[in-house]
Amino acid sequence: MTRNSRRLVSVLAAATIATSMAACGGDDDSDGGGGGGGGGGTAEDNEATGPGMTEDTVTIGSHYPLTGRAAPGYSEIPTGVQAYFDYVNANGGVYDRQIEWVYRDDGYNPTNTSTVVRELVLEEEVFAIMGGLGTPTHNAVLDFLNTEEVPDLFVSSGSSLWDDPENLPYTFGWQTDYESEGKIIGQYIAEEFPDAKVGLFLQDDDFGEDGERGVRQYLDDDQIVEVQTYTSGNIDVGPQIAALQASGADFVLGFNTPPYTALTQLAARDLNYTPQWWYSNVGSAPDLVGSLLGAFSQGAVSGASALAGIYTTSYIPTVDQVDDPWIQLFQRIWDESGQEGVLTNTRVYGMSMAYTMVQALQAAGRNPTGDDLVAAVEEAGADWQGPAFTPFRYSSDRHAGISGMSVVQFNAEGVGEPKTPLLVTDTGDAEIEEYDGEPIAPPESGIPDEEAVG
Amino acid sequence: MEQFISLTLGGVVNGSVYAAFALALVLIWRSTRIVNFAQGSMAAATTFIAVAVIDAGGSYWLALVVALLSGLVMGALIERVVIRPVEGGPELNAVIVTLGLFVAIQGIVALVAGVDERAFVPPFSTVGYEVREGFTLLSLSRNSIWTVGAVLVTMLALIALFRFTRLGLAMRASAFGQEVARLLGVRVGRMLTLGWALAAAVGALAGMLIAGDVSFIGPTFMDTLIVFGFVAAVLGGLDSPIGAVVGGLLLGLALNYVRGYLDDSLLGMAALVILVVVLLVRPGGLFSTTAARRA
Amino acid sequence: MSETQTPTGDPGAASDAAPTTATAGANAPSAGAGGRRSLLPRITLLRHLLVLVVGAAVAVLLLESTELNTNIKLGNVAYLAIAAGGLTLLTGLSGQISLGHGALMAVGAYTTALMLDVERSEEPPSLALVFLAAVAATTLVGALVGVAAARLHGPYLAGATLALAVGLPGLALYFSDTFNGEQGLTIRPPERPEWFTETVEQLSGATGRGLNDKWVAYIAVACLLISYFFLANLMRSRMGRTWRAVRDQEVAAELAGISLGAWRVLAFVVSAAAAGLAGAVLAIVVQLAAPGSFLPVLSLSLLTAVVIGGLGTLTGALLGSALLVFLPPWLIDLGRDVFDMEEAQASQSSFVVYGLLLVVTMLFAPAGLVGTIRLALLRRRAARALTRSGRG
Repeated sequence: MTRNSRRLVSVLAAATIATSMAACGGDDDSDGGGGGGGGGGTAEDNEATGPGMTEDTVTIGSHYPLTGRAAPGYSEIPTGVQAYFDYVNANGGVYDRQIEWVYRDDGYNPTNTSTVVRELVLEEEVFAIMGGLGTPTHNAVLDFLNTEEVPDLFVSSGSSLWDDPENLPYTFGWQTDYESEGKIIGQYIAEEFPDAKVGLFLQDDDFGEDGERGVRQYLDDDQIVEVQTYTSGNIDVGPQIAALQASGADFVLGFNTPPYTALTQLAARDLNYTPQWWYSNVGSAPDLVGSLLGAFSQGAVSGASALAGIYTTSYIPTVDQVDDPWIQLFQRIWDESGQEGVLTNTRVYGMSMAYTMVQALQAAGRNPTGDDLVAAVEEAGADWQGPAFTPFRYSSDRHAGISGMSVVQFNAEGVGEPKTPLLVTDTGDAEIEEYDGEPIAPPESGIPDEEAVG
Repeated sequence: MEQFISLTLGGVVNGSVYAAFALALVLIWRSTRIVNFAQGSMAAATTFIAVAVIDAGGSYWLALVVALLSGLVMGALIERVVIRPVEGGPELNAVIVTLGLFVAIQGIVALVAGVDERAFVPPFSTVGYEVREGFTLLSLSRNSIWTVGAVLVTMLALIALFRFTRLGLAMRASAFGQEVARLLGVRVGRMLTLGWALAAAVGALAGMLIAGDVSFIGPTFMDTLIVFGFVAAVLGGLDSPIGAVVGGLLLGLALNYVRGYLDDSLLGMAALVILVVVLLVRPGGLFSTTAARRA
Repeated sequence: MSETQTPTGDPGAASDAAPTTATAGANAPSAGAGGRRSLLPRITLLRHLLVLVVGAAVAVLLLESTELNTNIKLGNVAYLAIAAGGLTLLTGLSGQISLGHGALMAVGAYTTALMLDVERSEEPPSLALVFLAAVAATTLVGALVGVAAARLHGPYLAGATLALAVGLPGLALYFSDTFNGEQGLTIRPPERPEWFTETVEQLSGATGRGLNDKWVAYIAVACLLISYFFLANLMRSRMGRTWRAVRDQEVAAELAGISLGAWRVLAFVVSAAAAGLAGAVLAIVVQLAAPGSFLPVLSLSLLTAVVIGGLGTLTGALLGSALLVFLPPWLIDLGRDVFDMEEAQASQSSFVVYGLLLVVTMLFAPAGLVGTIRLALLRRRAARALTRSGRG
């Protein structure tokens, strides 16, 4: 206890100094001269600043469902993160610090999340939490992390809950929120398929609700002819798909998880129901869904083309885009990491987020406190470029992540082809606009090189 | 009307799936007066063994046979090794043993097969019968007929076994009165082992049918079935194979109407209401063989 | 099950006392609150008071000598143990099984969440009031369930309560306007009072970070002590004996004029009240009431704690709950640090080992941990007595 509390006191003191330095938010010995593993300083200048930030390591923690019903797919994310951090560590780490990646299983049970995150903060003494997965699970630790002033970066969920800097100054979203996604989808359908009779297939939680809210901003109520929901865990979706069919919907938009994409496709096939399909980004996972559906096509068509013609949205590159320089980089890093399995979209997700984390650590300076990290994301985050197609919305007023996406349609080979330019928008009544920037290629080294702020 | 027909047919198919699971529970209850909570993960294990056979190039039918056989062996082994010592002891101890097995077996399946879901292609087509253009009965497919048929045949076979064979008689005798059975020369221990083996084989069949019905399986794919299968068995009275099937069908129908006309999230509550209503009228279940207990 | 019968397993006494206890049972709630002294032998009450004081002292020592993270885990033990204590009374004494107490905890947790759900600027109602309301709401639900449960036995009761465990959390999804669906209701933890901060600083020098969690752990443990004090007195009272009679001597009890049904309902109500308090404590420890926290596995864990610890004793329920909280993470650490497993593999393996441990415990210590230890002590004493008499 005492050892712990003494350390805590020093952190608090450091944090107070940091905040009293107001906007600049950096320690006085933090160098302004760029990151990339050490510009403007050497390993000798490294100091321990508090929990999780020692002279030669920085510890980042997270929670994922590794067991139980939510584990399929998601349990791969932390292995992707691991691969990228290993790569950065092998190349000198960040400011000569090795990134230690500690993640725990919560089985998608909020009670467990509450326990394991406290363990990460109090026992493992992580510097920050990154990518905690799930809305109900992460919801349980929001108050704790913000009370304890632990940076809570890049929650793995598109809920709008994470963007609340006034009440949750330490929490940041990462992926495009479901409402913005719904808006972009709604506008595309309204413009390109004005006569479509749209049926919605929604998960009955914030995911489905936020998505529906976005869609309804652009689609008239009478164009949406039917709304069906499902409760995660009930795998019989036959009645819902039959109801969509009976309603006469010829365009079905799903805000659902990947297994339900496969289930709805099978149910529709068995019903001879052939509407135009659109799955939101979460549910499209072509590699996963393709492998599930492939077995049912009995060799007639390959798994990937099971999704041919289906629309989805995209905000980071996916593994089907083998020519994308980011995918090539991540493929190389994944192969080098020597972990089991192949590169999947969920692993790309983890690696992309890890890339952003490295940017954040670089921007926070050589010897940052937790508050410096938060300040760095607020100050510099909106300018970071990386695998994400469009910029983050980070500022001192906003903690929302990636601002937009593009509409994609799978061709016969299962490769997503962009149907729109990159579109950016925001929650609420913000306009949808074309993004005027270009996606960038990864740096030669595969590691970002952000300057320290302040 | 169309929705009602398709919900009803869907209810029959789902109900047979619950019934298949309930049959396995009833068999074990009959032989050892234990509710086997491990049934779900045992069936998941045998189904994954079947998947391994299919992956190695075997046919569905070979895989089915292997699943049934491995069910027999697993059931017999579990009865001899861990159930025998708690038989006749406090009933809660047996409950905890089966709960422990449930957790352990599920963990082993996940360790061996991984947590990811995988496709399970059923033996027959799942394409529904097209009544007319634009109205297809999803639940009237060749595979759903196979599912319902297999459950009914299993039920009939079990009834025949218990009614008309010496073996069945010996099993019944061992379950109801061990001392008397022993005096009559029945090898009670062997009968109990056989009861578990048979139950696990029926459970393995249930696993195969359910896997074909749900299309995608992971280590936890039987979890929801445990609850509804158990409820179906209790509805039927736990002692009777017919009861298990009737209970399963009743539950399947009711839950499908709830799903169709109300909401997915009320399924558990609906199961509770049905169970309580039935049990308040008949505290021993629909087909209870023993006299209703005093309130 | 056996060891609970031995100390008071005198059916004659139970039936003799029955007429009076039956009336006492009718006004049980008031008896529990105020007129307890007249019902209980003075000596038992004093003994329990003494245990309460010692327990409180041990709790403070434990909380002040361990790391903050362990404090929080002790908070987890506390709410599990409160619910398990109630279940001990129901299962160990009255002989009814419940696989649905997790759902009853959900009632307590959601009541707490709804009552504490006020604007940040506003003062929330006092915690004691909230907890009482949580207990009251759960008691009400428990009474409803109990009436149905009193007519059911063994596996039929197990089936119905398991359906409760699955069904009740579904209501939070269906009425998502009130209960906020899957993502649940967040709960602002109670603010620690100034005196607590000062006292703790003097006790162990702890300051700053995480003190709020410590305060919550203290509340949790206090609730545990209070509820166990009530439960212990209840179990040792005439009411406790009547429940045993209802369990073991149905016919005799009925002949003696005990209404089996009423007593079974009463047992369910008392255990539901405990589950409600447990849910309220869970709510402030976890700071969220969401359906995902109250899956059937929670109900099954409670039963596991009760049986593994040693059916029928509160010590057993406490021990079993501690095992539930501390064993799985320990197994995961073991897998990760000693056997060098990946996190996912370590987590999965911990389930395998945990499951097998349950099986092994039941095979080799069928009376549970407490029961087995007691049995061993008794045997040793008997053996010693035997050698002594042999010598003499």
